[in-house]
Amino acid sequence: MVVLVNESTRVVVQGITGRQASFHVRRMLDYGTKIVAGVRPGKRGERVHGVPVYDSVEEAVKETGANASIIFVPAPAAPDAFMEAVEAGLDLVVVITEGIPVHDELKMYWRAKESGTIMIGPNTPGVLSVGVAHLGIMPTGAFSRKEGGGVGVVSRSGTLTYQVCQYLSRLGVGQTTVIGVGGDRITGLDFVDVLEMFEEDEETKGVLLIGEIGGTMEEEAAKFIARGFEKPVVAYVAGVTAPPGKKMGHAGAIIEGRRGTAESKIKAFEEAGVPVGRTPLEAAELVKRALESRMK
Amino acid sequence: MRPLQLQEYIAKRILSERYGVKIPRGEVAETPEEAAAIAEKLGRPVVLKSQILVGGRGKAGAIRTASSPEEAARVASELLGRVFKGHIVRKLYVEEKLEIERELYVGLSLDRVEKAIALIVSSEGGMDVEEIAEKSPEKLLRLKIHPLYGLWDHHVRRAVQKLSLPDPQAVEASTLIRALYKAMVELDAELIEVNPLVLTASGELVAADVRLFVDDYALFRHRELESVIEYTQADALERMASEMGLNYVKLEGNVGILANGAGMAMATMDLVQFVGGRPANFLDVGGGASSEVVERAIELILTHESVRVVFMNIFGGITRCDEVARGIVEALRALRPSIPFVIRLTGTNEEEGRAILEEFSRGSGLAIYVVSTMEEGAKLAAQLAGG
Repeated sequence: MVVLVNESTRVVVQGITGRQASFHVRRMLDYGTKIVAGVRPGKRGERVHGVPVYDSVEEAVKETGANASIIFVPAPAAPDAFMEAVEAGLDLVVVITEGIPVHDELKMYWRAKESGTIMIGPNTPGVLSVGVAHLGIMPTGAFSRKEGGGVGVVSRSGTLTYQVCQYLSRLGVGQTTVIGVGGDRITGLDFVDVLEMFEEDEETKGVLLIGEIGGTMEEEAAKFIARGFEKPVVAYVAGVTAPPGKKMGHAGAIIEGRRGTAESKIKAFEEAGVPVGRTPLEAAELVKRALESRMK
Repeated sequence: MRPLQLQEYIAKRILSERYGVKIPRGEVAETPEEAAAIAEKLGRPVVLKSQILVGGRGKAGAIRTASSPEEAARVASELLGRVFKGHIVRKLYVEEKLEIERELYVGLSLDRVEKAIALIVSSEGGMDVEEIAEKSPEKLLRLKIHPLYGLWDHHVRRAVQKLSLPDPQAVEASTLIRALYKAMVELDAELIEVNPLVLTASGELVAADVRLFVDDYALFRHRELESVIEYTQADALERMASEMGLNYVKLEGNVGILANGAGMAMATMDLVQFVGGRPANFLDVGGGASSEVVERAIELILTHESVRVVFMNIFGGITRCDEVARGIVEALRALRPSIPFVIRLTGTNEEEGRAILEEFSRGSGLAIYVVSTMEEGAKLAAQLAGG
């Protein structure tokens, strides 16, 4: 089993006619993702890689039975696209878009909560159920699946996830589901939400958390794990050398006053009994060790 | 790039003109003569406030008072052109000196943990809100305002109660809090702080100092703000980088770092330090970087005089390694740097990328080291930088 997306997830791509979207639609289709519709107001009747385009999400849902969406719409219009997806009754919405104003993100967050829609992102590389389906922009070649299960990965950063997963793959550790929660200050899912999903999933034998400076998502996760999480967890935290007050690429990666430092996150994990890799490679090796000692 | 802070005089002007917030009378001066003229016009003692974007201006001596136009001119000539914490004073805000009865605090900020807007008030102002929270938490009230449902009367009532003001000023404070909340939402602000909010001897409630940060991601709907945002010198390179679509942060060391993706750039920076090197900067070329972007990134990194070696750590996913390699080659051919480049290129089209680099580096006369892992690269870079 995998979490969030599987072979029966029927996907609508919002903003499908854009250059980026079209590129990634091809890759997602090749991976086996069931993309059933695209949306671009005014472009009804067109096709992108054979996928029919509709004027609205509601129309796409009615005609294709879509239940999830992925948003490639530029920042000024992305919040609107998100609200449209929620109102059309979708269960899961992945917001790839970067640079959405934070006040809009607040509204998106609460709208999703109210309607029971799962929002992944914004500013996320998406979600990958390894070998099954891909709703995102990850380079799928870096990931591998293994008979009998593997590790679930949750992260605030794209490239770093690819890097650590490539190490895991080389070490022979398969991954089940890889989720980027997003690099912004407000994200739909947090680490605790994802830990709960991984706890339920039988194939997921352990969890790798990839965190970074800013916010308190890592500390919350550590508290949650300390209360009695059943599976082994390993963490990595980026930004040990980041100076305070600077946005380190991600809007969410900023040390605010005395809060949000890598140090406090690493300390929280270690106190919760979660080993923390000091480098991406070490994190991958710790995962391998944790899973092996679990098997014995 | 950091959240954008508006200069005090601009923040005050916006809050006063658009939201009816009461501020001290005052004007901007760029010369001692102007300062004197403003003091003359105000006809009473004035405060001269350096318009620089740093905290603790008062303690640093960047805010001074004057009791006559002549003194205002003299103080202005001392302040203008001076440097406080790396910021040059180019403008002074000259405003009437208030007769302070009490100092209060009212602030609105983004609460990322609660996913809400925090309304914070304190019956004691004039210092850092964190300081108030530590020293006298009983004077502080923090309310969570739900972003979908907004500010309600009961929020305002509780906040005003905490300020413990006499009746007429309590009414004024309610109006102020509503106005600030409106500004917070309409301006896409991340923080609005009125500190101190002054109750004057004559019973007026005046915003003596204002801090206003706006969300840079929302500037597309606030074109009018773009023209008033002033960038400090320290931010100039970071600003230039962001205009080129790069994320750049200056650090203190000597190893220039270039990676794709923010998390990866941070991890690279940490790794360099972990193996004994000192990162000089953080440069993220973003996802899907073209050869052109890579070229500009290299150019930018070389403007750093302290950089003794550059470590490029690229994980091609969406980004194609051959494309990146072409950008590197073009940049190195044009710039012919005298410092070594350690390059790690992996992922999509890795073989093509490495082949392009290796072919170029042979006989180029440049010090280019192509490595295969980020650990190897970090160690080599730290070693070449010589600590």
